[in-house]
Amino acid sequence: MKKSKQFWPFIIVAVLVYAVVQILISTEIINQFYSNTLILIAINIILAVSLHLVIGITGQFSIGHAGFLAVGAYLSAIVTMKLHLPFVVAIIVGGIVAALAGLIVGIPSLRLKGDYLAIATLGFAEIIRIVFLNIDAVGGAAGMQVSHLTTWTYAFVCLVITLVVIVNFTNSRHGLAAISVRENEIASDAMGINTTYYKVIAFAIGSFFAGVAGALFSHNFYIIQPSQFGFLKSFDILIFVVLGGLGSLSGAVLSAILLTVVSTYLQGYPETRMIIYSLVLILVMLYRPKGLMGTMEITDYFKLWRTPKGGGQHGK
Amino acid sequence: MKKSKFASLFLASSLLVGMLAGCGAGEEGSSSKGGESSSANGGETIKIGANLELSGAVASYGTSEADAIDLAVEEINADGGIDGKKIELIKVDNKSDAAEATSAAIKLTSQDKVVAIIGAATSGASVAQVQIATDTKTPMISPSGTSTTVTVGDDGKVNPFTFRTAFIDPFQGTVAANFASNELKVKTAAVYADNASDYAKGLAASFIKDFEAAGGTIVAEESYVAKDTDFRSTLTRIKSSNPEFVFIPGYYEEVGLIVKQARELGINVPLMGADGWDSPTIVDLAGADALNNTFIITAYSADDPDGKAKAFAESFNKKYGKEPNSFNALGYDSVYLLKDAIERAGSTDGTKIKEAIEATDQLELVTGLYSVDENHHPIKSAVIIEFVDGKQVFNTKVNP
Amino acid sequence: MEWLQQLINGISLGSIYALIALGYTMVYGIIKLINFAHGDVFMVGSFIGFYSITVFGLGFFPALILSMAACALFGVIIERIAYKRLRNATRIAALITAIGVSLLIEYGVIYIRGAQPEAYPNIFSNKSFEFLGAQISIQSVLILSVSVVLMILLQFIVHKTKTGKAMRAVSHDVEAAKLMGINVDNTISATFAIGSALAGAAGVIFGVYYTKIDPLMGVIPGLKAFVAAVLGGIGIIPGAMVGGLVLGVVETIVSALGFSLWRDAAAFIILILILIFRPSGIFGKNTREKV
Repeated sequence: MKKSKQFWPFIIVAVLVYAVVQILISTEIINQFYSNTLILIAINIILAVSLHLVIGITGQFSIGHAGFLAVGAYLSAIVTMKLHLPFVVAIIVGGIVAALAGLIVGIPSLRLKGDYLAIATLGFAEIIRIVFLNIDAVGGAAGMQVSHLTTWTYAFVCLVITLVVIVNFTNSRHGLAAISVRENEIASDAMGINTTYYKVIAFAIGSFFAGVAGALFSHNFYIIQPSQFGFLKSFDILIFVVLGGLGSLSGAVLSAILLTVVSTYLQGYPETRMIIYSLVLILVMLYRPKGLMGTMEITDYFKLWRTPKGGGQHGK
Repeated sequence: MKKSKFASLFLASSLLVGMLAGCGAGEEGSSSKGGESSSANGGETIKIGANLELSGAVASYGTSEADAIDLAVEEINADGGIDGKKIELIKVDNKSDAAEATSAAIKLTSQDKVVAIIGAATSGASVAQVQIATDTKTPMISPSGTSTTVTVGDDGKVNPFTFRTAFIDPFQGTVAANFASNELKVKTAAVYADNASDYAKGLAASFIKDFEAAGGTIVAEESYVAKDTDFRSTLTRIKSSNPEFVFIPGYYEEVGLIVKQARELGINVPLMGADGWDSPTIVDLAGADALNNTFIITAYSADDPDGKAKAFAESFNKKYGKEPNSFNALGYDSVYLLKDAIERAGSTDGTKIKEAIEATDQLELVTGLYSVDENHHPIKSAVIIEFVDGKQVFNTKVNP
Repeated sequence: MEWLQQLINGISLGSIYALIALGYTMVYGIIKLINFAHGDVFMVGSFIGFYSITVFGLGFFPALILSMAACALFGVIIERIAYKRLRNATRIAALITAIGVSLLIEYGVIYIRGAQPEAYPNIFSNKSFEFLGAQISIQSVLILSVSVVLMILLQFIVHKTKTGKAMRAVSHDVEAAKLMGINVDNTISATFAIGSALAGAAGVIFGVYYTKIDPLMGVIPGLKAFVAAVLGGIGIIPGAMVGGLVLGVVETIVSALGFSLWRDAAAFIILILILIFRPSGIFGKNTREKV
C-alpha cells in the first residue's frame, strides 16, 4: 500500500486535535455536554465513512447499516458485561463479528443490484434486530445495561484508524477496482476484475467499522435496546453519506458533523425538530441532488482552477 | 484519479478543530451566561428539565406526559410557584431513543443546569440517564418507567437519585391472582403480556407464581410487542386452549385492541389487567360492550368525588378538551411529587431534594396516596374496578 | 376450527397489505422510485376518514370515498412538489427525498394534532357469525369485499381505459411513450393519484378493522406492504395483491404457531429468500442484463 504524501500531515493534525480536545476536557473548559457531542460526532463519522466505502466507493446500495451497528453494539457489550474483558477487546470483537455478519449478509445479497440489494440489506438489518429482540440473555425488548467506557480517547483513536484504513483502501489497487465496479460493473468484469470479491471485501470492511462504531455507541449510552437499531437508524447513516455527496469522503465527514450538531441543537426545539430536519433533507435533495459536495473532496475545490474535473465520476 | 484524500481529510479535520474551538468558545460564553442568568434569576425561578419521548415510536407516551407536565407547571406558577419561585420548564426531545435520552440528560444537567429532571416515559430512555443523574446529583423522576432497573441497578444497589411515579409492584400481579382464584373462582388462566415492558413482564410473572400456588393452572402464556395492532392470530391460539380467565398486563393502547379482538373471536371469559389499562381511550378502543366482564387494578378511582383525580380531569379537559389518560396522570403527579419535595427540602440542592423525595409519606396525588419504599418504588394501595357498560365500577380495595 | 379462523385472520390482514402494496408497486413500476412516503399517505387517509366520520358525521362509504379523493389529491401534490424535479436525479437522491417527505408528513400531523392515538368509531356492529366453527366478523367480510372491489376496479382502469394504457406504456418505456404522444407528466400524476387513493382506502379500512390510528401508524404497514410488493414482483399489479395476501397469511401462521415475536422476522426472511432465488418476485419475469 502506498502512503500518500498527505499521510504525515494528517497524523500530525489528528494528534493536535486529539491533544487540544483532551486538554479542554481534562481541564473542564468544555463540559460533559460538549465532550459527549464530540464522541457522538466521532461515532457518526465512523458510521458515515464506513457506509461511504460501501455506497460511495463501491456503488453498492446498502440501506441496512444499522444491523451491523447493532451486532457491534451487542457483541461488545456481551464481552465487557458478561465476560468482563477489557474494552479494547470488546471493540475488536465487535468489529470482527460485525465483519463476519457483513460476509454472511454480503455473499448472498451482493449478487443483487440496485434497489433489490437495498431491499435485501434492509431486510437483513431487520432480521438482525429481531434476533436480538428475542434473545433474553441480552434483555430482549427491554434492553441491556452497559457500563460507560467510551472516552474521547477511544472514540478518536477509532476514528483515526477508520479514516486511515478507508483512505488507504480507496487509494490502493483494491480501491480502484472497487471504484471500477461502481462506474461500470459489466465493463470491469470484462476487464478481468473479480467484481464479487471486491464488493464483498468492501462490504466486510464497512461492516467491521460499523461494528467498531457499535462498540463505542453501546459503551457511551448506558443501555442498548433493539428498537435503537431499526431501519430509521439505517436511514440516518444513509443520509450522512448522501447529503455529503455520494463518493465524497470529506462530504460524508462534514455532513456527519453538521447533522449531529444540528440534531443536538434542535433537541431544545422538540415540537419542530423533526419537521425542520425533514425539510432540510428535502430541500437539499431538491436543489442539490448530488449532495453538498457532489463527488468532490474539499481539496478538489482548491485544485479546480488547475485541473478541470475528469468525467465519469458521477456515480449514478 | 489520484486524489489526495489525506489532504481533504486534513482540511476536514481542521474544520473539526474550528468547530471545536467554536464549541469551546460557545460553551464558555453560554456557561458564563447561564451562570449569570441563574444567579440573576436565582431568587425567581426553579429550572426543571423534562426529558421526554416527543417524537419517534412512543411519541404518544411522551407527548401525553408533556401536556400534563405543562398543565401542572402552569397551575403551580399561577399559584405563586414553589416557595415564591416560578418553575421554568425546559423540555427536550429524546426521539424515543435511549442514546438520545443520554445526550438530552447531559444537556439538561450540564448546559441548562436544571434542579431536577422529569422523564423519561419509557424504561430504556430512563435507564439511559440514571448515571448522569447520579453523577451530577440531579434527582430524576420517571413518570412511567416501569423496569426495576430504573431505580435499582443490576448490582442490586439503589440508584440514589432516581425515582418513579408509576407502580411496578409485582403486588398487582398477586392481587390479580388472588382475585381470580378467590373471587372469580377460576381454575385455568392464560397470560398475554407486553414483551417490551418490564412492568407487564413482572406482573405476569407474579401472577403466574401466585395463581399456580393457589392451585390454578396456566394454560397459555403469550406475548406481544408494544405498538402491534394485530392480535387476532395469537388470541385465536389462546382461545383454543380454553382458559377460564385471561390476564393481560399492558398499556391501554394495545389492551383496548386486544379486548376488542378477543371478544370478536368469541373469548367471553373475564379479562383482567392493571393500572396500565386506566384511560378513557380504552373504552373508545375496545367498545363498552367488549369491556364488560373485565377488571382492572388501579391506585385510584376517577369516580371518587373527593379525590384529586376529579379536579385533575376537569382542569385537563378545560385546557386540552379531552379526558386525561394514565400517562397524563403520571406526568402531572411527577411534577407535584417534585414540588412537594422541593418545598419540604426548602432548597434546590439536589441531595436535599432527593432526601425529601425519599421521605415522601402518603402524599395525595392524582394516582393515589404516594409513599416511597427503600428501593425507590412507590407504595400505593390497590383498588379493583370492574367495567360495566364503559363505566368504572368500584369492586374491592386491597391494601399492600 | 382454529386453522380456518387463522386463515381468515391472515386474509383480512393481507388484504390491507395488498391495498397499500398496490400503490407502492404502481409508483415503482412507472418511475422506479421506492416511495417511502406511501405509508404516510395511508395514515393521512385514515385520519381523513376518521374526521369525516366523527366531525362531519358521514357514513362509512362517503368517508371512504372522501378519503380516497383527498389522498389522490395529496399524492399528486407530493409528486408535483417533491418528486417531479428528481426524475433525472440519482435513485438514491429520490429515495432520500421520499424518506424526508415521509418524516415531514408524520411530524406535520403530530405538530397539528399531537401524537396520541385515536379510536375509530364503531360504524358496524361488532357482531360476528359462526362459519364452520370460525368466528367471522361482519367487519372482516366487509373489508375483504371492499378490497376485492377496489382491486377489480384497478384492473379495469389499468387494462381498459386510456389512462391505464398510458400508464402501462410509460412504465414500459418512457421515451417511446413520449414519442407516441403520451403526456408522461400527467400519466405519472395519475399513477400517484390512483395509488394514493388506494392507500387512503386502506387507511379507512384499517381504522374500521383495527380501531386504533396514530400519526406513526403508517411506518410498519408501509414497510410490510413494500415487502409484499417485492414478494409479488415489484411493478406488477396482480403480484402486489398476491404478495400482500401471502404475507398476511404467513405472519398469521407464524403467530399461530406461538412465535409471535418472530412474526416480523418471518416476513423479512421470505423477502430475502425471494430476492436471492427469484429476485423479480413471484410474478416477475427474469430479465437478463444487457451490455
